[in-house]
Amino acid sequence: MSDAPLAPVPGLARRVLHQPGAVLGGGLFAVIVLAVLIGPLLWPIAPEFIDVAARNQGPNLAHPFGTDQLGRDTFARVLWGGRISLAVGLSAMAVALLLGTLVGLLAGVFRWLDGPLMRLTDVFLALPLLPLLLVMVLLFRDSLSGVFGPEGGIFILIVLAIGGTSWMNTARIVRGDTLALREREFVLAARAAGCRPVALMLRHILPNVLSPILVSGALGLSTAIVTESALSFLGLGFPPDFPTWGRLLSDAVIYLADYPARAICPGLAISLTVLSVTYLGDGLRDAMDPRLH
Amino acid sequence: MRYPGFVLAAVLTSVMGLPAQAERGAQGQVNIIYWQAPSILNPYLSGGTKDLEAASLILEPLARYDETGSMVPWLAERIPTVENGDVSEDLTSIIWTLQEGLSWSDGTPVTAQDVKFTWDYCTAPGGGCAQAEKYSGIEAIDILDPRRVKLHFDGPMPFPYSAFIGAQSPILQKAQFADCLGPRAPECTAQNFAPVGTGPFVVEEFRPNDVITYTANPEYRDPAKPAFARVLFKGGGDATSAARAVLETGEFDYAWNLQLAPDVLSNMESAGRGRVVSAFGTLVERIVINLTDPARGLGPARSTRAHPHPFLSDAAVRQALSLAIDRALLVELGYGTAGRVTCNVLPAPAIYASDANDACKRQDIPRAKALLDMAGWIDSNGDGVRDKDGVALSLLFQTSTNAVRQDFQALIKQWWSQIGVETELRNIDASVFFGSDPGSPDTFQKFYADVQMYARNFDGTDPAAYLANWQCDKTPTPENQWQGSNISRYCSEAYDALIAQMQQTADISARAAIARAMNDRLMQEFILLPLVDRGRVAAHANSLGGVRLNVWDSELWNIADWHRKDL
Repeated sequence: MSDAPLAPVPGLARRVLHQPGAVLGGGLFAVIVLAVLIGPLLWPIAPEFIDVAARNQGPNLAHPFGTDQLGRDTFARVLWGGRISLAVGLSAMAVALLLGTLVGLLAGVFRWLDGPLMRLTDVFLALPLLPLLLVMVLLFRDSLSGVFGPEGGIFILIVLAIGGTSWMNTARIVRGDTLALREREFVLAARAAGCRPVALMLRHILPNVLSPILVSGALGLSTAIVTESALSFLGLGFPPDFPTWGRLLSDAVIYLADYPARAICPGLAISLTVLSVTYLGDGLRDAMDPRLH
Repeated sequence: MRYPGFVLAAVLTSVMGLPAQAERGAQGQVNIIYWQAPSILNPYLSGGTKDLEAASLILEPLARYDETGSMVPWLAERIPTVENGDVSEDLTSIIWTLQEGLSWSDGTPVTAQDVKFTWDYCTAPGGGCAQAEKYSGIEAIDILDPRRVKLHFDGPMPFPYSAFIGAQSPILQKAQFADCLGPRAPECTAQNFAPVGTGPFVVEEFRPNDVITYTANPEYRDPAKPAFARVLFKGGGDATSAARAVLETGEFDYAWNLQLAPDVLSNMESAGRGRVVSAFGTLVERIVINLTDPARGLGPARSTRAHPHPFLSDAAVRQALSLAIDRALLVELGYGTAGRVTCNVLPAPAIYASDANDACKRQDIPRAKALLDMAGWIDSNGDGVRDKDGVALSLLFQTSTNAVRQDFQALIKQWWSQIGVETELRNIDASVFFGSDPGSPDTFQKFYADVQMYARNFDGTDPAAYLANWQCDKTPTPENQWQGSNISRYCSEAYDALIAQMQQTADISARAAIARAMNDRLMQEFILLPLVDRGRVAAHANSLGGVRLNVWDSELWNIADWHRKDL
């Protein structure tokens, strides 16, 4: 069983490049990542700089996205906020995918684990998310920020909190697909050939459930970005002057009628990120799906 | 005596203009919108402002506060004082005298029996009276004659004006409520939904949580008032739509409690149909300074007086923090017409307002820097933050989650960074922050931060209890489950002596002098930094005259004088 069913990497890259959606999505995502990584270094205005004389401006040359009610530059804030939102979103998504895939695979492959793990999933689904997050934040914020500093501690806490409470859908999808795959001939054949359960999971089942995992990951990214803003709004996320996309969006809602640009800019950033990741995920899935070749 | 012709002409026109104005109910209907709907018209069974104010058209107290916060006799003939002999020398009793010829809207006379009954009603066991606090300290009420009652207190009462004063404790009719005492009070639906009163209007129809229609009281004591025959009092909706209904569409004549963003209100006002009016009470948005050390490592001794704050116990630092704030800009950005700059924690009523601290109205960054330099706080390591003996001026600044407060935090952080003070911001959900839960680390009483911002006011017009908040004994500590009002953990013998002196002084002007001295002491030691005096905001149609917005009593306190103006 040494040759994995996964195609060698050059082949995968070639197949991905043949997916126009994946190319478009990947390109857009790369642009967004580059912009938030390099942008703040190039843009001269600091995100927290207040210039009261220039408040409530629409988009113009000095402020391409306009300014907010205190005269802070929205463009600088969107760039800065992207760093945090993307970092939180991607890390939380990774945590959720890891947990969800693990639980789903274990439940699908091992019959005796199915019951307990799925009931656990039900329990997590039934728990009201925000109160749970609030309790986690309250319990662990001080000890974590003592070790990692205020911002680092909050970052770890938020990533773990969001990741740890949004893996359930992935787990259910993965379990369902695993159950269906388990009865398929190639799995039976592998099992008959003496393949151990762990190898069975990793080599035969995982590549075949990758597509739903990637799709739920793309959706999870947007949820993570928005959940972070809900936490900040309740005062349990990052400090209030820390721009994140979610916070920019929720701050702008009360000005929606008078200054729509202020909500549209971070909203568009979130939408484009999610859209590009979804397309990328879609393309990756098609490129990797053994059944499509 | 000779009068110039134009004076005579003016007098003549006003006299000729009067008959049309001075007839009860001649001006049709006035429409009022409260975006919270009244659910009951008995103020003794509800603490809600909406219910109190809806009832204030019908039920009236013996005396009430006008828009300046001074007491005016209402159903009473005069305000009792020690000078006119109505308050006893030992401050243990007070005599109220009803006006002559008062009658209820059903035509029966108002008597001292009704006044005494009102006290019986609110203090009856099992009644759950919402205003019981107003009657605390009253031992007995004697009826001296049909128009006079004497209240006996259980001890000297330097400020005896609480019972039967203001919209919260009006007089009920004994004949109507006699069977509604104690546990039966909430069951008397007919009475609670349509009380018989002495006010300018009577209930025609009351639909709880929706709409009330009133008609003019035929028995009202001034035969020329009210000018309106009917009042339509609509409840429900939200502040934005209520403001729009008065200022933009003109469907309503008066809207209450419009705490909206300043530019939202001014955009609506520019439609030209109505005006936004505001009035200022005692609600002060302030920054409270922690005089004790909130360092995490101190464990249970965190934010207790066992450990003074490493740098905020230095008055020069506190003063520099105050000087760096541009309060006028905060008002302009956060509250507009609904706020004004204040340098006092006790900004009103007028007689209590000190003018000794007005220097804070101007931002003075150079002076703040000079103060810190003189006190030895300099940036010795070049990181932009001042320090002394290894202690850096680095603050944690917390407040509740609220769009205006987060804007204030960002602005103040920038100003403090200009004088070399580093600020970390934190916002906490309001229900946690103000929740007083001793198990939560994030309450404003625990104050696990260096400075925090919130607003506080006091009920009524007498500031004695409010100023006693900074008494040394009232500090929140782990021993008292963090319950206590002295959030700054301020402790001064001289201040405590002023509190004791206040408790023994009856004369209003002497009390005012003590109150100002207490306010000045807090302000000049920079125990807390007042920012904005926040007012009540209402809107009325341009055609509605006679509105005098009052923060000390019901906003509708003078609805008998409201009238339609010719535009």
